[in-house]
Amino acid sequence: MSRPSDRVLGFTLLAAALFAATFVDAALRRGTHEAALQRTARLAEDLRLSDPVLFTEARYTRHPTQADLHSAFQDHPVAFEHFPSGSLLPPPALLLDRHEPLDREAAPSD
Amino acid sequence: MNRWIEKQRHLIDFTASSLARRKGKSLGLLVVYTLLVFVLASVSLYTHALRNEATRVLAGTPEIVLQRLIAGRHDLVPPGYVEKIGRMRGVQKIEGRLWGYYYDSVLKANYTFMVPADRNIAEGEITVGPALERSRGLAAGNGISFRAYSGELHTFIVTGVLAHESELVSADLVLMSEADFRRFFAYPEGHYTDIALWVANPQEVRNVGRKLIDALPDSRPILREEVLRTYASVFDWREGMMLALLSAAILAFGIFAWEKAAGLSAEEKREIGILKAIGWETGDVIAMKFWEGFLVSLLAFLLGYVAAYVHVFHFEFALFAPVLQGWAVLYPSFALTPRIDGVQVATLFVFTVLPYTAATLVPIWRAATTDPDTVMRS
Repeated sequence: MSRPSDRVLGFTLLAAALFAATFVDAALRRGTHEAALQRTARLAEDLRLSDPVLFTEARYTRHPTQADLHSAFQDHPVAFEHFPSGSLLPPPALLLDRHEPLDREAAPSD
Repeated sequence: MNRWIEKQRHLIDFTASSLARRKGKSLGLLVVYTLLVFVLASVSLYTHALRNEATRVLAGTPEIVLQRLIAGRHDLVPPGYVEKIGRMRGVQKIEGRLWGYYYDSVLKANYTFMVPADRNIAEGEITVGPALERSRGLAAGNGISFRAYSGELHTFIVTGVLAHESELVSADLVLMSEADFRRFFAYPEGHYTDIALWVANPQEVRNVGRKLIDALPDSRPILREEVLRTYASVFDWREGMMLALLSAAILAFGIFAWEKAAGLSAEEKREIGILKAIGWETGDVIAMKFWEGFLVSLLAFLLGYVAAYVHVFHFEFALFAPVLQGWAVLYPSFALTPRIDGVQVATLFVFTVLPYTAATLVPIWRAATTDPDTVMRS
């Protein structure tokens, strides 16, 4: 281990071994988490839950799938959305799917 | 073959010594580079694992949730709707759901109050989610009071805490009996928050959804497939503020790396001139510099990725969690199941290792192909 290349390659190999170890660790942890994940899925099914608890600050980020398109701007006309987590969640695709065609098809009022 | 390997080892010897001579600069580059990979890999691993977990956990969500909308807003389902839908062909099971939000001014946190469909809870008792247990210091047998929107104070006894392992879906839940729920929120008898329904034939879900809109024009059906689709896309790692913010850091690193790799210092130019003068071929000089760029970027990728893995799956994404929490007081604390997408890792590798390696080669090729005398004098 006197040559610089041996040291560099040895260190790189060590890093590569750690990299490979993450995949082994992931497989092991998946095995141990599986039962808990199934129990969680069962609880969600039994309680009829529709959304995971990602952001509890606003109703449209706590239950994005149950929100309507206006709930982010609910406070007053032309209100800005003010909850930070709203920036992390795009509006659910199902809302846009329905509102966009409506928007295009609706005739402007005179 | 052996000769080729020996030659490459000598080139790496030379590269390593050259990097060691510029220790501060080389280490600085490696640290910044590793940090960048760490941040990118952390976001990527976290969002991928979370997306997978959410999709798995929500696989059993009701096939259709029917809401009633008034003036674009979610409203209570009045009596008669459940019976009307129950008579519809194709509907196998139907349940009125009772749930709502409660803002706790003590903790400044939002809870989700719910009447569970799977268990009977006695009046005056509640079962709470793990985040509530943690933040309000609750345990089975404790009493807790909530002030209802009418101003009255209601006291409940905690009889159970939902399992910690299910925190991803249950952190902020407060489960109570139907009578308590109706009394607490002054819900009129026979009204529901929304309706969950199951369809006998899975192929018919869309048709039933369409029939529901026809029969009840003020309703909005939310299909399970739409819920799953929403969560499949919600955490797409290309989206979100975090990566938008990161783009500035990526750009800064790009400039830094380009400046470092592309702009040869006078010392490096002299080095190349001398190497060529003592008989190194252009190919050798390029190979030597290729090893420099490749080893630095490969090491940064490996170290950054391993650190990100440990951060996400062993330390619960602790460094970036505050960004995701926003103003939320209650936040679930959960250990994600590691799901690693090979394509994602390969993409990260290609986008972090290749550009830097390529950036080191271009100026070297230019310098190595010119006359040694000109290179040394410039």
